[in-house]
Amino acid sequence: MAGNVSLQYSTAPVQASSSNSEPRLVRWILITLALAFLGLFLVLPLVAIFIKAFDKGAAVFLEAISNPDALSAIKLTLIITLITVPLNAIFGVAAAWAVTKFNFKGKSLLITIIDLPFAISPVIAGLVFVLLFSAHGLFGQWLINHNIKIIFAVPGIALATLLVTLPFVARELIPLMQTQGTADEEASLTLGASGWKTFFLVTLPNIKWGLLYGVILCSARAIGEFGAVSVVSGHIRGLTNTMPLHIEILYNEYQFSAAFAVASLMSLFAIITLIVKNFIEWKARKSFESEEGAH
Amino acid sequence: MSIQIQNISKSFGNFQALDQINLDIQTGELVALLGPSGSGKTSLLRIIAGLEAANQGAILFGEEDITHISTKERKVGFVFQHYALFRHMTVFDNVAYGLKVRPRKLRPSKNEIREKVMELLKLVKLEAFADRYPSNLSGGQRQRVALARALAVEPKVLLLDEPFGALDAKVRKDLRRWLRKLHDDYQITSIFVTHDQEEALDVADRVVVMNEGKIEQIGTPEEVYENPNSPFVYHFLGNVNLFKGRLHNGKLRNGHFEVDAPEFSEIENTEAVGYVRPHDISIEREASQDSVSAKINYIHLVGAAVQLELIRKDNGDYLEVELRKEQFRSLNLKTGEEVFVKPQQLKVFIPQDYSI
Repeated sequence: MAGNVSLQYSTAPVQASSSNSEPRLVRWILITLALAFLGLFLVLPLVAIFIKAFDKGAAVFLEAISNPDALSAIKLTLIITLITVPLNAIFGVAAAWAVTKFNFKGKSLLITIIDLPFAISPVIAGLVFVLLFSAHGLFGQWLINHNIKIIFAVPGIALATLLVTLPFVARELIPLMQTQGTADEEASLTLGASGWKTFFLVTLPNIKWGLLYGVILCSARAIGEFGAVSVVSGHIRGLTNTMPLHIEILYNEYQFSAAFAVASLMSLFAIITLIVKNFIEWKARKSFESEEGAH
Repeated sequence: MSIQIQNISKSFGNFQALDQINLDIQTGELVALLGPSGSGKTSLLRIIAGLEAANQGAILFGEEDITHISTKERKVGFVFQHYALFRHMTVFDNVAYGLKVRPRKLRPSKNEIREKVMELLKLVKLEAFADRYPSNLSGGQRQRVALARALAVEPKVLLLDEPFGALDAKVRKDLRRWLRKLHDDYQITSIFVTHDQEEALDVADRVVVMNEGKIEQIGTPEEVYENPNSPFVYHFLGNVNLFKGRLHNGKLRNGHFEVDAPEFSEIENTEAVGYVRPHDISIEREASQDSVSAKINYIHLVGAAVQLELIRKDNGDYLEVELRKEQFRSLNLKTGEEVFVKPQQLKVFIPQDYSI
């Protein structure tokens, strides 16, 4: 459901001539409005999380995040991220490669299907797996017979997260690879390079910043995903609780400080992600500008 | 390496890009594929390189049928219109690429690669730029790097797709002279695609004029320019004046003109068009037999030749005439004056639609 923000290579706006710019008063009103809005709805809640987290002192904060259940939630979240992000990166590159470098039937269908996880509610994304793999699901009996647990276990959480974060890398790469075209790859082939060498020596360096950007967005979503994971996890403490689920449980048990402590940790992850994202945007813009110069 | 193109056809959906193309190219020849956009010239070049597959037909390099051999194995050098340089590699690494990606057994040593690359950079006069990135080069320099990169793998055939299309006029002219010289030194069979007739006539040994997926005419630049075999080639190669009229007993009648067309002596009363190049029309002060009076509408004086636009008195048609400067001066022509014109050399075609 989270909208996908594509990597924009916006250059600085052209300096408007003073005769065309808005009157000073209008400018100040607009800027103040925008800042007030941002402060009220973004900065204030973020600050509130950290204040609330340290409400009862650092000891409570440390206790909350070093609690065995919290630690296992953090560990599970990291495991899920480490499973889903590489898989989605590989899928994203393969899908973008197929869509942009080849012509085949059903191409537009493929692009639509890639977007599907953005369109459906994460709850439904979770329910799909329950329908398929739960005890009463389509493959339920078979899974029980073979003693494989998917729902209410780590594989289910990984699958749900995988589905929800599927479009991020592919969506990032498709427009990028479309603008780059296929001439570089063709040049490489005429010079006698194999498909693999062409991919690693020519294509990958060309898309690396877009790929990293997609991976960052994908990671952020994998860490934060609540809806789909909530449906398939079963909320078993110390076993199938991810960080967002752990926060919810703490909150429901009126352990506000502990809930906010873990929440502040997640916010910290998000802030780090944002900083890395901005750095990548800056690098990508630089490489895009030099590429602009090359054409 | 000679190239034989046998019966090549290619369609994209409903669009017939190439229709039964047959073409033989001799070893060491420099051939231009000339035509408007959509004529299929680039498709043909890409099929020769293996970047595109033909629907039918065969391509032979020498005696070897390479129709089903991959681009990687064909050993062609390909130069792209927009250079397609690897932007994350230096000029040196770009040129070395084709040697570095060879399988270990066939790969030259590091020193050999360095030597070879520097030799090629010297050839394209860019040895001082080895450590630069493509983004720091001008368009002409980039295209020279692309050419050095293509030559590094010692291709049997060099294919160039509108190689100078993205460059400005001055650089274009320098580069095409330079390409001609390079070709004369290396004698590598080369095909280049262009829509610029001047470029094709200036550089190529032979010109292949293409239109709507078919070859219209093949010949030396002189042949195709002096003796176009179709109205299309007349239009495409240089400017031309049209004399639409009726053909009867070996004479084309157009306004007050009556011009001999002996090759059509059998034909009676048929619509036909005479084609005359602007420099094949003479201008005189005095009336003579077969000449028609016309008013000078516009004189364009820039360049070695003088271009004049005239309006015929008999039917109001516009004529384009080109005179040498001396001729123009001795006639002392001025805008608005009335003169007498006469086609010196005219070729008659019967339009396809009227022929039955």
